[in-house]
Amino acid sequence: MIRFMLNGEIVTVEGAAPTVTLLDWLRETRGLTGTKEGCNEGDCGACTVTVSTLDDTGVTHQALNACILFLPQLAGKALRTVEGIAAPDGELHPVQDAMVAEHGSQCGFCTPGFVMSMYTAHRTGRVDHDDVLAGNLCRCTGYAPIVRAAQRAASRPVPAWEIDERAMLEALALSGDMSGEGLHLPGSTASLAAIYAAHPNATIVAGATDVGLWVTKQFRPVGPVIFTHRVGDLARIERVQGGLRIGAGVTLSRLRGAMADRHPDFAELIRRYGSVQVRNAATIGGNIANGSPIGDGPPALIALGAELTLRHGEDRRRMPLEDFFLDYGKQDRMPGEFVESIFVPDQEDTLACYKLSKRFDQDISAVCGCFALHMDGDVVAGARIAFGGMAGTPKRAHAAEAALTGQVLSAQAVRDAQDALTQDFQPLSDMRASAAYRMQAARNMIRRYWLERVEGVPTRLVGPKSETGVA
Amino acid sequence: MASVHQPKPHDSGPLHVTGAARYTDDIPAPAGTLHLAFGLAAVAHGVVTSLDLAPVRAMPGVRLVLGPDDFARMPDVSPSPAPEPLLCTGEVQFHGQPLFVVAADTHLQARHAARAAKVTFEEREPILTIDQALAAGRLLEDPLEWEKGSPDDALGTAPHRAQGRIEVGGQEHFYLEGQAAMAVPGDGDEMLVHASTQHPSEIQHKVAQALDVPFAEVTVQVRRMGGGFGGKESQGNALAVACALVAQRTGRAVKMRYDRDDDMTITGKRHEIRIDYDVGFDDTGRIAAVVFDQYVRCGWSADLSLPVADRAMLHADNAYDLSAARIRSTRLLTHTCSNTAFRGFGGPQGMVGIERVIEHIAAHLDRDPLEVRRANFYAPGNTGQTTPYGMQVEDNVIHGIVDQLTETSDYSARRAQIAEFNATSPVIKRGIALTPVKFGISFTLTQLNQAGALVNVYTDGSIRLNHGGTEMGQGLFTKVAAVAADAFGVDATHVKITATDTAKVPNTSATAASSGSDMNGMAVKAACETVRDRMAQHLCTAKVLWHDRDEEGKGIIDRDGHPVIREHAFDCAPDDLVFAADQVSDGTHSIPFWAAVQACYVARISLSSTGYYATPKLAWDRTQRSGPRRPFYYFAYGAAVTEVALDTLTGENRILRTDILHDCGKSLNPALDIGQIEGGYVQGAGWLTTEELVWTPPGPATMGGRLATHAPSTYKIPGCADRPRVFNVALYENENVEATIHRSKAVGEPPLMLGISALMALQDAVRAAGSDVLLDAPATAERLLNAIETPRGSGW
Repeated sequence: MIRFMLNGEIVTVEGAAPTVTLLDWLRETRGLTGTKEGCNEGDCGACTVTVSTLDDTGVTHQALNACILFLPQLAGKALRTVEGIAAPDGELHPVQDAMVAEHGSQCGFCTPGFVMSMYTAHRTGRVDHDDVLAGNLCRCTGYAPIVRAAQRAASRPVPAWEIDERAMLEALALSGDMSGEGLHLPGSTASLAAIYAAHPNATIVAGATDVGLWVTKQFRPVGPVIFTHRVGDLARIERVQGGLRIGAGVTLSRLRGAMADRHPDFAELIRRYGSVQVRNAATIGGNIANGSPIGDGPPALIALGAELTLRHGEDRRRMPLEDFFLDYGKQDRMPGEFVESIFVPDQEDTLACYKLSKRFDQDISAVCGCFALHMDGDVVAGARIAFGGMAGTPKRAHAAEAALTGQVLSAQAVRDAQDALTQDFQPLSDMRASAAYRMQAARNMIRRYWLERVEGVPTRLVGPKSETGVA
Repeated sequence: MASVHQPKPHDSGPLHVTGAARYTDDIPAPAGTLHLAFGLAAVAHGVVTSLDLAPVRAMPGVRLVLGPDDFARMPDVSPSPAPEPLLCTGEVQFHGQPLFVVAADTHLQARHAARAAKVTFEEREPILTIDQALAAGRLLEDPLEWEKGSPDDALGTAPHRAQGRIEVGGQEHFYLEGQAAMAVPGDGDEMLVHASTQHPSEIQHKVAQALDVPFAEVTVQVRRMGGGFGGKESQGNALAVACALVAQRTGRAVKMRYDRDDDMTITGKRHEIRIDYDVGFDDTGRIAAVVFDQYVRCGWSADLSLPVADRAMLHADNAYDLSAARIRSTRLLTHTCSNTAFRGFGGPQGMVGIERVIEHIAAHLDRDPLEVRRANFYAPGNTGQTTPYGMQVEDNVIHGIVDQLTETSDYSARRAQIAEFNATSPVIKRGIALTPVKFGISFTLTQLNQAGALVNVYTDGSIRLNHGGTEMGQGLFTKVAAVAADAFGVDATHVKITATDTAKVPNTSATAASSGSDMNGMAVKAACETVRDRMAQHLCTAKVLWHDRDEEGKGIIDRDGHPVIREHAFDCAPDDLVFAADQVSDGTHSIPFWAAVQACYVARISLSSTGYYATPKLAWDRTQRSGPRRPFYYFAYGAAVTEVALDTLTGENRILRTDILHDCGKSLNPALDIGQIEGGYVQGAGWLTTEELVWTPPGPATMGGRLATHAPSTYKIPGCADRPRVFNVALYENENVEATIHRSKAVGEPPLMLGISALMALQDAVRAAGSDVLLDAPATAERLLNAIETPRGSGW
């Protein structure tokens, strides 16, 4: 049995299968058809809803894709759908009103999703509309009137009819472990470790941005499911001796915030990771554990010299992140063992992250090159260069690093490192990019690092932190 | 209080933003409704050697499975005379072709079950590309050729000559609402079909033929679509037919919607095209002659490919006077989904060809491409110049548009600034381009240029409106309601717009070819005027009596309990009676519109009428080489200036600024028209930049031909931040020279082609990066980097 708030009312769901999506439940069980299915894989945002969560910092409101959100993930939370944001007397919410006034809807099918992204941003004071709306696709308007609507609504206050969910969320607050048929909802990392060790065939679901597609698209049986979203101590970012310890359950949204001052290029890379909705759900642990060769977190973390802590029951082991990725689809992880945390050592920020994708925002990388070159004067004292999209795993460019290390960072050193890349990688061709393009782009990324860091040449179409996140 | 020419918001806006607007899948389904899914072919070409559906029937929730053997006669779902079977009947023609259909209790169960079949194929080598189709001689029909003047002679004597080729990829519609239909059986043979379709009449016909019942037994209703863009002109036939067949066999309501990946895999797309050209020109860039060879990749069946390919030929001139030209079109069959209508319907492909020629000439002469464009425009106004297909251009306003746009966009100064910027920016290069649009308005199959409407006026003064057009987001209903409101002189809030319904207005054409408001607006106007004229006739010839009502609309009763009857006698001729401001007036006295309606009812005057419109002046037969040649009633014009920034290290790029001036005649609704222009531009720019369709090459596991880009994770339509940073859109002050609805012009398709300016601005930036490679489309970052690296010897 799970309980959560739906548009201000507490609902109780009995016996729902662990992999019923929120979208299907809303539309088919509750008859709330305002939330739309556009793609069923978290890429179009037509199913965007707002989920409010009570945590250490208070109540947070987040936009999420309902199509790849499993119903148990809502336990103890407050959900708002497009049907539930106007006033009880029908007066439109400021974002709804602005969408009508600015002609922001044409066919209207994407509109509920846009409205909910805008509603969430409006409630939290965000005015970086391009980023807020990057996860909502519209095929009719060309976006201009939608952004005008977001701007128009931003000047209006949160309406008086908006309720504060805190009291209800406190009443719904859960403690300890929970379980049901085919699912576990551990309340602590220790419980998670014990349950997973006992059920190594289970599937761990953190944000469900990947496992969601196993269910909606691949029809893969996922066996018993262990949801980690209630494991509070897995989602902590802590200062520890010599660096930062990032819990595997930290979402990409929070990681972006944590990296904004330390490694702004990493933060900007994360800004282009998925969309707001995806970053609010996806965790850095999941991004690493699924072993994708094109995940954007690992190349940056490898360049930063990050280390991984794996846990099995009470046993832990620690390794450099790059050693975790053995081969395509194969990681150094035993059954029942999970990624517990990532350690990022303190260092001077030299990190440059270059994400290359067909579309600028909300697209999976064709190539992601991350560079951390520690200089001793003009000379490269240490180089850590890692790429995604160039091999079957996220991988360091050892030959290129060697070509640069000990050298003055010059045009010649860049050419040597570029040529060394062919020893490091033999990329594949696919629908995102050809092998030749991947290689040429990777070569040019080395050149970009030199041009912008040494020669001071502007090389970027969009600079990091070009738009602020919070009003 | 005018209704037309006003920037009124979309009538469904408040429903859209609250989630209350119902789409096909949102209609409450009767209890026991079944859900369908197709089982799909796993190879692009081959023969099904065995199809074991027993495992499908054993899946949870499955109620019925229909394979090819379950039909005595395979239903046809083709929009053209050439048949297109609902299910594959022998040879698999494309990867994703439906093999069988499964009906289950839920959508998810049907999708699961559809994958449970045991199918074996004898895979055969698929024909996937234009080159392969040419080599195999797989033609949909004999090549078509039109000629004007003596192009060969003119090419021979021209001072300069250039030849080249441009390849332009197709485009996925990516309507946000996937294909969907629901069939509800009625009395006897009756079948009610709700469908997300631009063409309710065709669905009606296909369903009736599949059920073997007269058309009159089938009713198709469409309240709205979540986007269409041409993708719902013919591609919904299969779903509606499948639903109706299962409904007929089970007696239950049946619903079907494609999952997004299935939708992208099964349904047709914009036609890919290759254009070879040979052009002769003088020192100013004036074209003496051009020869185009268009190769159009149609996919596996005819669908709408012939008229699409025709329209590509019909737009090979764009806004340019070609004194000598030959245009040849070859329509090729491949083992891929059958390409179909997509906003512009081939016109954009034809237009890209001549715009590329202009760029080529400009590069050859080292001139600003805008000068070359200007040197070739049709003369202003009606100068008797004819298009390569023999139609006189009588309404040319491209000069006025381009003059004004170059001024308002500050084109010349910015061009100089960009050159300056590029001189000092080694990595980021900027580019700018202005491209024009001249687009022909009318269906090229002349019989389709007709429309009907039904208008009912009720005794409280409210008006219910029906017409043959469908609402897919373009605001057609809002525009047409304004026409009705204007005709009766009432506020548009009194006009109720209802779902398109084949039982109310029959024999409709698809809402396509940008014709929706032109044709349905005129039909509605005719219907309204019929009722209004009847009313006027009565009101001016008799004393009118009506029961007065209060502000809430309730009849007023006097102290004795009698209705308060008011009366009035108008003193004017019927033609002089004015319907305006919710009143009917003879100039000195007026009564409320509702009172006039009531009086007419009491006097037994019919308050309902149909209306009909047939577009005048058209004369076109694609197969005839002589006789009157006017496929289009008129042309819509526009122009766009796009500025881009290009990262020469990766090919990534951004649109920095776009300025558009577009001709909507005397706009019926400037807000909706600007919405169409903004959206059309971004969709067109997407087609030519990031939207890349990729089919798998042969590999160890299969012979290829699977659409690799079958989801938004891999097929990238523009996102929010891809819109131009600065986006100035204005309407050109104009009035249609033809007597269209309130002198407006169609706006659905023409703005898409404004996006060509984005491709040409990237071309300009590539030139600035020191490359003379002419771009194919889509100009993805990969293509752009290749173009930049090629002269350095590092291309691929």
